[in-house]
Amino acid sequence: MAATRRGKPVGVAELEASPKELPGFYQDMLLIRRFEERAGQMYGMGLIGGFCHLYIGQEAVVVGMQAVLKDGDTIVTSYRDHGHMLACGMDPKGVMAELTGRRTGYSRGKGGSMHMFSREKNFFGGHGIVGAQVPIGTGLAFAHRYQDNGLICATYLGDGAINQGQVYESFNMAALWKLPIVYVIENNRYGMGTSVDRASARTDLFHRGMAYGIPGEQVDGMNVLAVHEAGLAAAEHTRSGQGPLILEMLTYRYRGHSMSDPAKYRTREEVDRVRTEHDPIEQARRRLIDGGTDEAVLKEIDAEVRKRVAEAAQFAQDSPEPDPAELWTDVLVDA
Amino acid sequence: MATEVLMPALSPTMTEGKIARWLKSEGDAVRSGDVLAEIETDKATMEIEAIDEGVLARIVVPEGTDHVAVNTPIAVISSDGEGASPRAPFTQLGNGQKRGPAQELRRERLPPPAPPASAPTLTSSAPTAEREYTGATRIMTVREALRDAIAEEMRRDDRVFLIGEEVAEYQGAYKVSQGLLQEFGIRRIIDTPITEQGFAGLGIGAGFAGLRPIVEFMTFNFAMQAIDQIINSASKTHYMSGGQMTCPIVFRGPNGIAARVAAQHSQCYASWYAHCPGLKVVVPYTGADHKGLLKSAIRDPNPVIFLEHELVYGENFAVPDDPEFLVPIGKARVARSGGHVTITAFSRMVKLALQAAEELEKVGISAEVIDLRSLRPFDTETVISSVRRTNRIVTLEEGWPFAGIGAEIAALIMEECFDWLDAPVRRVTSKDVPLPYAANLERLAVPQVDDIVAAAREVAYR
Ligand SMILES: Cc1ncc(C[n+]2csc(CCOP(=O)(O)OP(=O)(O)O)c2C)c(N)n1
Ligand SMILES: [Mg+2]
Repeated sequence: MAATRRGKPVGVAELEASPKELPGFYQDMLLIRRFEERAGQMYGMGLIGGFCHLYIGQEAVVVGMQAVLKDGDTIVTSYRDHGHMLACGMDPKGVMAELTGRRTGYSRGKGGSMHMFSREKNFFGGHGIVGAQVPIGTGLAFAHRYQDNGLICATYLGDGAINQGQVYESFNMAALWKLPIVYVIENNRYGMGTSVDRASARTDLFHRGMAYGIPGEQVDGMNVLAVHEAGLAAAEHTRSGQGPLILEMLTYRYRGHSMSDPAKYRTREEVDRVRTEHDPIEQARRRLIDGGTDEAVLKEIDAEVRKRVAEAAQFAQDSPEPDPAELWTDVLVDA
Repeated sequence: MATEVLMPALSPTMTEGKIARWLKSEGDAVRSGDVLAEIETDKATMEIEAIDEGVLARIVVPEGTDHVAVNTPIAVISSDGEGASPRAPFTQLGNGQKRGPAQELRRERLPPPAPPASAPTLTSSAPTAEREYTGATRIMTVREALRDAIAEEMRRDDRVFLIGEEVAEYQGAYKVSQGLLQEFGIRRIIDTPITEQGFAGLGIGAGFAGLRPIVEFMTFNFAMQAIDQIINSASKTHYMSGGQMTCPIVFRGPNGIAARVAAQHSQCYASWYAHCPGLKVVVPYTGADHKGLLKSAIRDPNPVIFLEHELVYGENFAVPDDPEFLVPIGKARVARSGGHVTITAFSRMVKLALQAAEELEKVGISAEVIDLRSLRPFDTETVISSVRRTNRIVTLEEGWPFAGIGAEIAALIMEECFDWLDAPVRRVTSKDVPLPYAANLERLAVPQVDDIVAAAREVAYR
């Protein structure tokens, strides 16, 4: 079985010419970045409550992966889910309105930041319990196989979640039944305040499927093109019936674990170094410019993204709270 | 264009904070991402970053200022004329129309913490004898009382250790274990991976082997990952082994409904654990009870479920200093005496019951509030003798109604007080739905003081 590394973390200067997908990737990553910055601001103003986990720094992972999925492929992730929803094409307005707990939100205000879903976009949540999405994603893949519909599931989990027992129960079943699933480990180096080496006996997480014969690969998750390339190969492998795959994306979250995390477990220098040397958006921008893209085009993208985010924020504040009667709806399906 | 920097809410429960330090001075250029200031919240010291670029034109709130309400302007940043930036300034985000969420959070802080209505009590070796405590006390938060209880028991008994997620280096996700790693080191204060079933089971095994584990769940929501080990391995083994095996272990952490964290992170597990023989279940409210009951739980030879509450951690109480101060498991406490109606409550709901009792007094109803403190064993005697005097009872809990603690008490009252009752038992519970996120729905879902007052008036027919 293969266990490899691809696209070792690179400095901005080492990047090559820019492929045709890059402007789109750039725009999608920027949308997530700006959306999350705004969500952070709105949390500070008391417009968003409870837990709110921002995806800033990790944008390349979900954007690169989403581009390899086909219509109908399914996605499931943890509570750090805003980026995944935007990458799936869910409406920023509906996501932001859920963050503010309004009736126009994706869960009509009842789920909040950690619990959103879209049947239309095949986004299956948004799960608050660490690791719980992994068997669920395995079940989505089971359904694809059962229906023989040629679809696959991308299941995202963190470097902390990787130590939950149900992850290995899932790996075993997925390998046993050759389920069409890509497990994407978003290794952002910390599970809350615990660094990977303080939580994991072996830190090369892409090896975690080895006991089940699941191939794994480590990928520079700050480079959207490396993610995309690895994702393409993985999707093809699992779609063709060869069973599950693990992609370990080396990435980084810039903000605290959630809004109330003082992040004293790492230095400011560490964060700054990743930001200045490996920022996924800055890398893409440089690469576009080096490939001849006009700065004016990028400015336009920027303006467009800012406009969408501003609209979403406005919408999320203007929308009314849920009707009190909503308290009692949706507990069970009427049978 | 000038942008106001507002005091941010940095945690779900924060309503105000202290400007600990300004890291930028007036006139300094700031870039997005620069740290502007350090803010002390109820839990931690946090940095706030600039979001816009420009010059720090004015510091409105000087450093050292405490009790700065969330959303107060604390500084002004003027942007350096690059007016083309399409990003809306901070203040345009509907500052004037802030609603639900912030107010909802503020509600949690209403009255100054009430001192324990009856004096804390002391037991010596006989666990049921509860004597009045007359020694020295100190005002401290519940968070600190818990930490002191753990530290005292760890000093007393080397077999006691603390294990869980973020308990050591991070000093506890809710800062309960602050300082413990520094005092006891990594042998006894142990950070785990996120593997609840694994470390709960490991604790049980260590308990079988004679150690005295304290297993912290970051919240009891995550103990559901481990509930098989708690019930099948911890609670039943003494019985299944014909008394050979014991499992002295404490499972503790915040339980119940915090603020705006939605269904998967807001749930009361009291009735789940209270259902099971072979467990003790403790649900304290006051600081003294947190300390005295946790110490009893650690010394107890049985598995004890110790349910705390995030919204109670920051409350202040007078807490006994004496390291031999213990509160017996299985004894309720009359938190307020009254003659017209009995209200039973536990954990954070005791606070609401006491508030309701004050409201009721204004309409001439004298309520007796019983802080149950333990659910297993249950102090039937205190509840029964109260109801036989008041002839009316309202039960209060954060859990759901069906098969809840109130249902159990209703059955007990029917069995033991049938002839004394002047009105049917009334239960005040959370609504029978998963907890919604939206501020207005959350308020409707969780018991409020008004609900308790209404229920008490109903049984008092006034
Ligand atoms: C079962 C369970 N245990 C604990 C938690 C609390 N918790 C939420 S996120 C988190 C850290 C997870 O880290 P990781 O998997 O690396 O994901 P990241 O937050 O870095 O995206 C913890 C401990 C939880 N939500 N669920
Ligand atoms: Mg992580």
